[in-house]
Amino acid sequence: MNKHTVVALVQDRPGVLNRAVSLFRRRGFNIESLAVGHSETPGVSRMTLVVEAEDVEQVTKQLYRLIEVLKVSDVTSDPTVEREMALVKIHAPSGSRPEIVALTGMFGAKIVDVGYNTMVIEMTGTPSKVENFIEVVRPFGMKEMMRTGRIAMVRGAHTHQAPADATESGNGHATAEAATLN
Amino acid sequence: MPNQRTGAQILCEALIRENVEVMFGIPGGAIMPFYYAMWEYRDQLRHVLCRHEQGAGHAAEGYARSTGKVGVCIGTSGPGATNLVTPIADAMMDSTPLVALTGQVSSLVLGKDAFQETDITGITMPITKHNYLVKRIEDIAYAVKEAFHIAATGRPGPVLVDITKDALQAKMVPNWEIKLNLPGYKPNYNGNRKQIREAMRLLTEAKKPLIMSGNGVTMAGAIGELHELAERTGVPVVTTLHGIGSFPENHPQNIGMPGMHGWVHVNRAIQECDVLLNIGGRFDDRVTGKASTFAPHAKVIHVDIDPSEIGKNVKVAVPIVGDARNVLRALIEELPSREALAELHGRASDWLEHIREMQDKHQHKQQYLNRPDTTNLMPHDVYAALTRFLNARGQYRVVTDVGQHQMWAAQLMDWLKPRTHITSGGAGTMGFAVPAAMGVAIANPTDTVWAICGDGGFQMTNQEMQTIMQEGLKNVKVAVINNGYLGMVRQWQELFEGKRYSGTPLSGPNFRLLAEAYGWKGITVERVTDVEGAIETANATDGPVLIDFRVEREVNVWPMVPQGKSIGEMITGTPQA
Repeated sequence: MNKHTVVALVQDRPGVLNRAVSLFRRRGFNIESLAVGHSETPGVSRMTLVVEAEDVEQVTKQLYRLIEVLKVSDVTSDPTVEREMALVKIHAPSGSRPEIVALTGMFGAKIVDVGYNTMVIEMTGTPSKVENFIEVVRPFGMKEMMRTGRIAMVRGAHTHQAPADATESGNGHATAEAATLN
Repeated sequence: MPNQRTGAQILCEALIRENVEVMFGIPGGAIMPFYYAMWEYRDQLRHVLCRHEQGAGHAAEGYARSTGKVGVCIGTSGPGATNLVTPIADAMMDSTPLVALTGQVSSLVLGKDAFQETDITGITMPITKHNYLVKRIEDIAYAVKEAFHIAATGRPGPVLVDITKDALQAKMVPNWEIKLNLPGYKPNYNGNRKQIREAMRLLTEAKKPLIMSGNGVTMAGAIGELHELAERTGVPVVTTLHGIGSFPENHPQNIGMPGMHGWVHVNRAIQECDVLLNIGGRFDDRVTGKASTFAPHAKVIHVDIDPSEIGKNVKVAVPIVGDARNVLRALIEELPSREALAELHGRASDWLEHIREMQDKHQHKQQYLNRPDTTNLMPHDVYAALTRFLNARGQYRVVTDVGQHQMWAAQLMDWLKPRTHITSGGAGTMGFAVPAAMGVAIANPTDTVWAICGDGGFQMTNQEMQTIMQEGLKNVKVAVINNGYLGMVRQWQELFEGKRYSGTPLSGPNFRLLAEAYGWKGITVERVTDVEGAIETANATDGPVLIDFRVEREVNVWPMVPQGKSIGEMITGTPQA
């Protein structure tokens, strides 16, 4: 099974995440990570999905069948910038703090909270670097860990933008608001 | 305020604007405001009160499939909505344009497990082309407009609009200045010219080319274009279960239906052909058998308006995304020079002759239909008589349910015109025929509509006989092929499960008396000699008629490709059961 990174632009409407994810569920694909947030266009959200599958071409085609899906790309083999963030809470009694601080510095991570016996570290980087960091700090005693999942963007001039007419203001439902003022 | 309307009134007016003529449904708590408003518009919007929402949905499908227009069905929230799930799934599988309108509990209690609440948009997400949960009166007109547009365009399909009760009851001045804005929905109607040229090049060089015509040809209104391409190239044509009628079966180039119960020569031709042009068919597994062994020598050209169908089941050499009619026109424009066309025609004729020789060795249809006279009633006697009768009369539609009788109808009757054969193909929904026939009868009042059912499927929705009576639909005739079994399952049990007839013997009431209880004419036929008379009587009766054909109990559908096998591996069986 191969890992695929799929980027999808979708209209920001209730249920759209469910619709998209449901397609993967239906084919029995496991979603390893999923990150959703706003894009550069108002009313358009951007999803990054990492999926384990033999062939995701059919799934990307099926995603296009969804009315609210604007654009889908499998960027697995494209040169991309990939990032992920993790918040890690580790056991950090005073004796081990210097070493933790040193490691954090080496990875370019940030200490965002210090407690009596714990530290919370924010680590941002490529998924493999995040993975690496977690393995390095795990021996101190992992209390809690949370990863955001991968986001990806293709390098260079190539963009992955929504069609020009996909803005919020052009949407019929938004115009309906005006009608209520009558 | 002047010109204020309730959400329900806006819904009615939106439907009138979409040219809706008839709706099939059942009222209930959450949808009541819509029924209240419907009263004012009853001269423009005909409402047919069904006996079960499943019947309403299938009736809307029958209306849609026989006309190409969008069918409309209505249910209230909760169980009303869930009863629509089966027809919605059926419409999805067979690409039928359908708009399902459901009431939803008030937005104030939405998500609180209120009385008769179900998450119908959640439930129908995987079985609709799109769906809407409308919680505000302002969104009703938009949702209806979008729903009809999405249902009818591109690859047609079902759209559900779920509207909360408070949105139906609220009031506003309607705004009909609606501009559709669906940036993520842009069906591609015109095939890529380069791919069309490549397709024509493959076809021109082929030695054993085949055209496979699916439902997309009928839905795109491409009957004339298919005819022209086939005749100018001389290429033999197969019509899938849903492609039946897209190319007349009495045309010398139509070789018949492929697939699990397709004819031997048709499946052999597919396994031998070197170029297969599939137009508007989706390579269903009932057509392909084991997909990896399907058409092993063929370069496949697949024309479909839905890109996600291409390459899904069968490896494709030339994909063409587009509307069947536009693509066929473009293919005709790319026909080669006169000489090249003459050569293609010559090769195609030799190939067709070869297929006809294969057919002569396996004349199942004739063996079935010309069996020696006996008094025991075989299903084939019914089909032979009905075909003779309908061919002579002309104006008819046939709706079939699901099972053995459905395959016999597809195999044995002569299908000459599009939209005259209406069946549940992809979902295989038993109980489809009686309510669907009701929808067909309403849409086509001058045609006689024959519903052919098995005794199993018939008993799933026969309460719609009362709706047919209440609506005064005199043009509905039902033929029950009654063998006292869930016959298709029994056949599988006989062939593959050591004759363990587990859960398949089936009793029914006296169907003639049942028909009479509904105010229909009922006829029982037990002898071959009574078949024609019964059909004549049914036709001459000014009202709905049911004929209970009590046929030989254990007759099989032949030929048959066992599940999971290649279509080259057919069991041919014996025509005499």
